[in-house]
Amino acid sequence: MAAAGEIFRSNLTELLEESHSGDNELHVLAVDDSLVDRKVIERLLKISSCKVTVVESARRALQFLGLDGDGENSDIGFDGVKVNLIMTDYSMPGMTGYELLKKIKQESSVFREIPVVIMSSENVLTRIDRCLEEGAEDFLLKPVKLSDVRRLKEFIMRGEVKDGEKNSLKRRRSSDDCSPSLSTTFSPMRHLCDPPSSLFSPLSPSTLSSKKSRL
Amino acid sequence: MDQLQRKLRDYEAAMFQQGFLDDQFSQLQKLQDDSSPDFVIEVMTMFFDDSEKLLNNISRALEQIPVNFKQIDAYVHQQKGSSASVGAARVKNICATFRSFCEAQNRDG
Repeated sequence: MAAAGEIFRSNLTELLEESHSGDNELHVLAVDDSLVDRKVIERLLKISSCKVTVVESARRALQFLGLDGDGENSDIGFDGVKVNLIMTDYSMPGMTGYELLKKIKQESSVFREIPVVIMSSENVLTRIDRCLEEGAEDFLLKPVKLSDVRRLKEFIMRGEVKDGEKNSLKRRRSSDDCSPSLSTTFSPMRHLCDPPSSLFSPLSPSTLSSKKSRL
Repeated sequence: MDQLQRKLRDYEAAMFQQGFLDDQFSQLQKLQDDSSPDFVIEVMTMFFDDSEKLLNNISRALEQIPVNFKQIDAYVHQQKGSSASVGAARVKNICATFRSFCEAQNRDG
């Protein structure tokens, strides 16, 4: 049992090192019902060296993530569709960006830890507060500019690196205990794009106020 | 050819000066490069098509009796959003005025 734990641990460390050397391209899922806005955000993200998937509705976004309730979402079945950031428009027909945000944050898995950014053309403070309270990482006023995307990207990438380090430490420690849960969550055979983990500690009052002041 | 280019540049400058275009249009221009050489034209084409559809929807809605101001407001909101995204400042501002008419249920406005 201990020997298995050893092997597992060394495999995992290797995989983590691999994943950090190659993959520092962010995969962003953008959601917007406006054709024009979709085109612009896609270009903004591509030119900032991000991998982009754009969808036209919240439902499609959930489908893409595998959270639409039709498919299964077992830990082992996690298909490797790794998204590092979700950017969604607020006002959309059907499900709004706010509702999408809530759905994602209600997930009890890696999905709730994906940072969600809300975009809106309307500068409504109560709306902004509500989104931030629900766990949105940021609130961008449209039209979105290159500088917004750059700032966002830097912020997310800093979080990824920091957390990657934190996590490899965590896993080394827990594999010492030979916890069975660890072996079901990660398959050492599968290539991990990024260690799924929580990126951010709960919003501290200082970050909240800095967001507000930017607006 | 140079003359034409100069004319185009002057025309563009005038659009900015007269408030037809704003900084967002410059942002779009920045997004155009060798890997995406027709980006601005593509976006503007989409914008025009989109606007045409919206305007048609709005005209039809205005002819209904009674006028559904809420629906019109929704269309105008979309129009405002896309014009802001491409830097069509004049259109965007007109939308703002339009929306206040919707709120006041002012059909003649």
